[in-house]
Amino acid sequence: MAQMYDSIIIGGGHNGLVCAAYLARAGRKVLVLERRHVLGGAAVTEELYPGFKYSVCSYVVSLLRPQIIRDLDLPRHGLEILPLECSFTPSLEGPGLVRWPESARTRREIAAYSKKDAEVYPEFGRDMMNMARWVKPIIDMAPPDPTSFHPSHLRSLMFLGNRVRGLGDEQLVRLAKMMTMSAVDFLDEWFESEILKAPMAVSGIIGTYLGVRSPGTAYVLLHHYMGEIDGSFRAWGFSKGGTGQISLSIANAARSLGVEIRTEAAVENVILRGDKAVGVALKDGTEFHAKTVVSGVDPHLTFLKLVGRQHLPGEFTDQIDRYRMRGSSGKVNLALDRLPNFTCRPGDGLHIRGDIAIAPSIDYLERAYDDAKYGQYSRRPYMNVVIPSLTDSSLAPPGKHVMSIFVQYAPYQLADGPETWPDKREAFGDTVVDTLAEYCPGLKESILHRQVLTPWDLEKDFGLTEGNIFHGELSLEQLFFLRPAPGWARYRTPIRHLWMCGSGAHPGGGIMGAPGALAAERMLKERAV
Amino acid sequence: MPYPSPFHERTQALCTSYRWKEWAGFYAVRSFDICHDREYNAFRQGAGVIDVTPLFKYDITGPDAAAFLSRVMVRNIKKLRVGRVVYLCWCDDDGKIIDDGTCARLDENYYRVTAAGPTYHWFMKHAGPYDVRIEDTSHQLGALAIQGPQSRNILRNLTDLDLDEMRFFAASDTSFAGIPGQLTRTGYTGDLGYELWVKNEDGVKLWDALMDAGKPYGIHPAGLDALDICRVEAGFIMQDVDYIGALDAVIESQKSTPYELGLGWTVKLKDREPFIGQVALEREHAEGSVWGFVGLEISWEAIEELFDGYGLPPHLPEQAWRDPIPVYHRGRQIGRATSGAWAPILKKNLALATIDSKYCQPGQQLEIEITVEWERKTVPATVVKTPFYDPERKKSYGPDV
Repeated sequence: MAQMYDSIIIGGGHNGLVCAAYLARAGRKVLVLERRHVLGGAAVTEELYPGFKYSVCSYVVSLLRPQIIRDLDLPRHGLEILPLECSFTPSLEGPGLVRWPESARTRREIAAYSKKDAEVYPEFGRDMMNMARWVKPIIDMAPPDPTSFHPSHLRSLMFLGNRVRGLGDEQLVRLAKMMTMSAVDFLDEWFESEILKAPMAVSGIIGTYLGVRSPGTAYVLLHHYMGEIDGSFRAWGFSKGGTGQISLSIANAARSLGVEIRTEAAVENVILRGDKAVGVALKDGTEFHAKTVVSGVDPHLTFLKLVGRQHLPGEFTDQIDRYRMRGSSGKVNLALDRLPNFTCRPGDGLHIRGDIAIAPSIDYLERAYDDAKYGQYSRRPYMNVVIPSLTDSSLAPPGKHVMSIFVQYAPYQLADGPETWPDKREAFGDTVVDTLAEYCPGLKESILHRQVLTPWDLEKDFGLTEGNIFHGELSLEQLFFLRPAPGWARYRTPIRHLWMCGSGAHPGGGIMGAPGALAAERMLKERAV
Repeated sequence: MPYPSPFHERTQALCTSYRWKEWAGFYAVRSFDICHDREYNAFRQGAGVIDVTPLFKYDITGPDAAAFLSRVMVRNIKKLRVGRVVYLCWCDDDGKIIDDGTCARLDENYYRVTAAGPTYHWFMKHAGPYDVRIEDTSHQLGALAIQGPQSRNILRNLTDLDLDEMRFFAASDTSFAGIPGQLTRTGYTGDLGYELWVKNEDGVKLWDALMDAGKPYGIHPAGLDALDICRVEAGFIMQDVDYIGALDAVIESQKSTPYELGLGWTVKLKDREPFIGQVALEREHAEGSVWGFVGLEISWEAIEELFDGYGLPPHLPEQAWRDPIPVYHRGRQIGRATSGAWAPILKKNLALATIDSKYCQPGQQLEIEITVEWERKTVPATVVKTPFYDPERKKSYGPDV
């Protein structure tokens, strides 16, 4: 007789673990099944070279919901967040640009390029913060269905309507623009200097297969402005011990609440009885039964692989087919013998302690996208580089460092087919290192170990379909009551007793934990478990 | 004009923010940079170095040193073994606390007391019957505290002591890259940490040696603003902030007792020679205290909601604060919070408070005053146990550390 649980969570990523912890906190018996030998999914720390700990995939944190940190008392379970101190945009010509936490210092930096931009910059920040405040309740609520007349949906819609009204005319116009414009067009309304606009515009394209001049990317900019640490918006941080430590702290909290967690337990399929999910079967044939099955993996994997088209309504399957995954990024992790020395700003000063954006101009970014449009990885990619060992000395031996490089574009759909990625992996890695070395010569010679992750690897190793880091693009038509499909945005699925709790559900990707927490909340409210 | 500490030559060059304050007559750095975040994180994630020279230091020697100190202190110093340090306080005849500090036994008849305020006259006043020599070494000794998870690894490169075996609150003579001095495993951050004591003239040499050894470990000079947040997280009280020393109090109600300040655990009433304040403390111990000292966790949700009502994002104190704030129980004031801080590592809004002892049980719901847009409001606060933050590494030792 197979064991009986209230809930089985497929996938020990951070959202699955959050969902499990909340369900257990409400007294439910929960089992989490993780395919890999480590927990965390894409929020994982691994020591792939002795003494050096990589945040293998996701590498910074901002959107992790503060109420989850509080509810699960994550600091007690090992979560420590360190601030990302500044943003550095190196340049091959000038001194580059550093945006510091001190506003006067930032103003001085920007003024070297444009006095006007320097003074508008804080104004922009204030406006974005106001809009982010408006959007924030949205990411903390289960999306109402605008076509429903159910009182609870109407209440939520009224609430949102009132918030919009409270925004004021000027902000409302701005919000409408954000929803429709490209990141570049939106930023053009404010700023003139390329070196300021470029690193800001990339927030609009991270994880999407769009360019900075593609309409709709302005909204994603806002998504990145919602990041909140200690109540201050637009704050990003590192997790001590790497992003895997976030997952581990959630796992520790979950275990302390009684959650059972199994690693190296790959789910083969969801067991259905009629139109109901009743459990899961592992690859090795083991079966687990539960009142509810909750999937933390992406919608494609959940519905098309673990459930199967034959069990789903045709219209829904079409929608899931159309749901865009389109991975567009890769990751390179380096173990370094010494710190990089940027030509435009030499030395190991404070400027390299935050994130370093290789985004010298808008055209540079758009050209990077041009390559991707036709199925090539960017010859000169956008890169977001961090050296977390500078703030967290536990990640590397004394005097040595780890460098994390997020790379875009690396389209899953290569012109020669995604299966050719393994052959191109090292060449892609070389492109990344060569491009970065233009800004900091000597980088190549300081590399002790290199890990290159292509979208193909993200799919094969981390179960991210097409290597999409957000379980589906964060574009407006795939957000809120449309994520992952209209009518199914409240964590339920067409299969009874099967729920979703991953980044493919509202409010989407990033280390947020919100889908996991909201899914648990809905399940408990609807007495599904 | 304040005087420079023996490390001033180095700290003043690094203090690009020019944020100084006066501490016991010395120049002391508030924060080297405009923001103190990096310095705070050094304490909690790497290693922060802070100049603690302005502490008052007294070297007490002679055959009666232990007897004398046992007479003055609430702890029985006769039981203190060589190579150990204790945290303690001392009181007046009414059992009212004068100051708190540490006492290290450096040798058979050699003790070192640190204090927040000048204490020489108080010691001398009671030294009469004892064969003891009290030397104010405040201006002869420089002290650096190195605090944080990497502090032990850094010190390994400077001293021959077996640091893995050096326990929490241990003290030892040693040398740091050839500079003679003492090392104590003490500090004011509630973290793994040490304090290094050397002669003034060796100050700069010690600073340089420490910074060199610490560079690969991300060592960072830190100032008092960062320290203040750490000490609130650790639940440590501070003279002139959380209490007023009995010798400085203007009115009786400004004084407190060790029990009222949560220092009852330092008071040893039994199996010892009489000590100053003992009678009053025995009475209080038997009858109970009027006031109690507690940690408060201030509701974040309530603050967020309150600010949201004004169309504002929640505002957090950027620094530790030390202006007393009223604390209420169901609308009636029952005490005051004396200091507090947003704890970045715990993600909690914390305060230390002196309140009516009836309300001191952990879990007790209270309210604390908060001002939003110049309007007075209250938000819920919960009594919690201190220390708020207490990492295992603080006390860890042995071959596995």
